[in-house]
Amino acid sequence: MKNTPFTGKHIALGAKMAEFAGYNMPISYSGINDEHAAVRKNAGVFDVSHMGEFILKGEHALDLIQRVTSNDASKLKAGQAQYSCLPNNDGGIVDDLLVYCIEENNPPAGRAGVYMLVVNASNIEKDWNWISKYNLPAGQAGKKKAEMHNVSDKTCLLAIQGPHATKILQPLTDIDILNLKYYTFVKGKFAGIDNVLVSATGYTGAGGVEIYFEDKDDNAEKIWEAIFKAGTPQGMKPVGLGARDTLRLEMGFCLYGNDIDDTTSPLEAGLGWITKFTKDFTAKEILEAKKKEGPERKLVGFEMIEKGIPRHGYEIKDQSGEIIGVVTSGTQSPSLGKAIGMGYVRTVFAGIGTDIYIKVRDKLLQAKVSKIPFS
Amino acid sequence: MNFPESLRYTKDHEWISLDGNIATIGITDFAQGELGDIVYVEVETIGKALEAGAVFGTVEAVKTVSDLFLPASGTINELNPALANAPELVNTDPYGEGWMVKMTVDNPADVEALLDATAYAAVAG
Repeated sequence: MKNTPFTGKHIALGAKMAEFAGYNMPISYSGINDEHAAVRKNAGVFDVSHMGEFILKGEHALDLIQRVTSNDASKLKAGQAQYSCLPNNDGGIVDDLLVYCIEENNPPAGRAGVYMLVVNASNIEKDWNWISKYNLPAGQAGKKKAEMHNVSDKTCLLAIQGPHATKILQPLTDIDILNLKYYTFVKGKFAGIDNVLVSATGYTGAGGVEIYFEDKDDNAEKIWEAIFKAGTPQGMKPVGLGARDTLRLEMGFCLYGNDIDDTTSPLEAGLGWITKFTKDFTAKEILEAKKKEGPERKLVGFEMIEKGIPRHGYEIKDQSGEIIGVVTSGTQSPSLGKAIGMGYVRTVFAGIGTDIYIKVRDKLLQAKVSKIPFS
Repeated sequence: MNFPESLRYTKDHEWISLDGNIATIGITDFAQGELGDIVYVEVETIGKALEAGAVFGTVEAVKTVSDLFLPASGTINELNPALANAPELVNTDPYGEGWMVKMTVDNPADVEALLDATAYAAVAG
């Protein structure tokens, strides 16, 4: 099992630790509900250094990214990021990811593109192999390949999320964090460390930033200490993967391996907005045809009417007891005080307000399809 | 970790205390800590005669669900009514206000034969 540069910090803080994607990760510190509330109302710090980062460089980096991802990365200007996914050959999803444009591709001006892809920890090797396979596809002999660097092991990633996160961090840097627009980023000095990438992204829906920096010298120690020195007096808390999951689920954000995987298409997962048919990419024709037909099933949010908590893998049924789908994520929502979930249902059952039934152990409990983010 | 001497324990992390043939049952401090924030305790076996080791209910935490196992044979009389609105009592006071059920045990001697605090502490590590 691998450690992140902060594993010692988590253990010293008394976190409940568990293996996740091969890393020894904090699940919770003070309790999921408490950490969840800190992020929704104030600020919380997540160590997500287990996630993978690939740097793609050169004049064909953008071509490669366009070929393997579903969103249109050519729209990105330097300093902008986008959510995207890697479709597989059957129209399923290899992984979901963020694409960061560090330098735009502009060969006439003598500049080649530099991009960073941020992928799920559990998929680092799979994604690397997948993307590598398309580096210099057939028919492009003679062209230079994109340079690819897997910098996952030496990249620290902290997510500082919550309505007060940027206010707490602003004194640590000259970067104008308070006015950083959603899905944009700046590289600069942070807590005395150079080359820190501060990105107005995150997977909580609570606002805040994610910061990427190299794990060298005592960078990790210095930045962690500076963040908590600034934040602890203001009620900022360390937050584990448990609350990360409840926070993302309240927003209806997909978790790879739960809500999306190799067998789910981006269209049925509600990710049509990152599937751009204006460019060529893996399984474009399959996905375009599926879009025309309309998906057979859809990922929906639902809330429980009868008391019970939905969990990944529970069956979804109609009133007559016929199976119409499956739960992909579920929890008691800490913010809303009710049980919520997501799951795939046959499209005819996907309308907001539709009555569905969740098989919780040996009982069928009533639920209804609801809009996401949950409210 | 707190394991009161006055109680008996199971390796499944339930505790039981006996008063005559009426027992009170809950989950241990270790168990509540492992489960994390508890959001729902479901017991639908009230009035049923159950064997020791039978599943008598489930406890749902934010992230996980776990079965509850009966420490001794008998009949469950009551679910702690306070848990309906305050399941977090299991976290904050697992041996007090966070008790789960009261039952009539068939054979009080069965309870004495369960793990004592020292033996359970070894199980809980």
